[in-house]
Amino acid sequence: MHELGVVFYVIDDVKKVAIENNAEEVKSVTIQLGEVSGVVPHLLEDCWNWAVKKHDIMKECVMKIEQIDAVTYCEDCKQYYPTMQYGRTCPYCQSPNTYLHTGNEFLIKEIEIT
Amino acid sequence: MDKVRVIEVKQSVFAHNDQDAAELRAQLKEKGIYLMNLMSAPGSGKTTTLTKLINSIKDEIKVAVMEADIDSDVDAITIAEKTGVKSIQLHTGGMCHLDAEMTRQGVEGLQAGDVDLIILENVGNLVCPAEFDTGATKNVMILSVPEGHDKPLKYPLMFSVCDLVIINKIDVMPYFDFDMDKVTEYVHMRNPKAEIIPISAKTGEGIDVLAQWVRKEIKGEE
Repeated sequence: MHELGVVFYVIDDVKKVAIENNAEEVKSVTIQLGEVSGVVPHLLEDCWNWAVKKHDIMKECVMKIEQIDAVTYCEDCKQYYPTMQYGRTCPYCQSPNTYLHTGNEFLIKEIEIT
Repeated sequence: MDKVRVIEVKQSVFAHNDQDAAELRAQLKEKGIYLMNLMSAPGSGKTTTLTKLINSIKDEIKVAVMEADIDSDVDAITIAEKTGVKSIQLHTGGMCHLDAEMTRQGVEGLQAGDVDLIILENVGNLVCPAEFDTGATKNVMILSVPEGHDKPLKYPLMFSVCDLVIINKIDVMPYFDFDMDKVTEYVHMRNPKAEIIPISAKTGEGIDVLAQWVRKEIKGEE
């Protein structure tokens, strides 16, 4: 929904790290993206490829996306289950007393620089 | 060819917004300013509700308003004309939400040194504003009757981050299949602590309850 906005955040962060490490050029950025983070991977890449062109140090920078599966934890029966399939209600004990364990991430994992 | 180095970053993309938000919240607390982030879908009656609310509290609480929109300044003008309180318009430049840095710039631009309450009217949208902490003291959202009672199921994050849900346009309830019990149940599924106040900004019904909620928040009065 707000892929372009987050792309600007990523560019700012990556540029800062690149400058701190005396990089000439940033070759790639690896993003870890949760399955239910609300960010659509192909839109993120489209926005990325448009936005990096405006930054000399990362003109050719490729975005690599690693997906993190969404897993929910049930506080009542203490079991984990896949969020995408069952949502917020535990498939084992039907409890609504659950929380998202992983899947909401949006992390810059690493960058490749020269 | 240049040697490629891999630098581990391991940083959340939202980390700097969260940090900006925490800093802003701390600064506001020090100055004794309460920042209310008001969110809703377009057309739910944010500006009308604010006008009524401000007029019923402005004699005891010093209020200022920041109106955030993608474009135009109609809301800031409406608030200024109908309430007389200081209001400024923030343009997000195409962005679907406000972040903490934009909010900080807005607070600075207001130059409202001695206000008790700043109300931030966020961009009309039930998705993106919920994802970004603005640094507000509390989050409030308006759901209007014509939108339907199923919205907490469709926009779960918005309802999870809100401390107060205002149900507006209750005067048109007879014309819609809006179920107040169901909306209460669905809101509490997302956030058991959320308070719910039904109002009609048009007729003024429930504005006194809302005003009392604001007084209690700011002055600690019951």
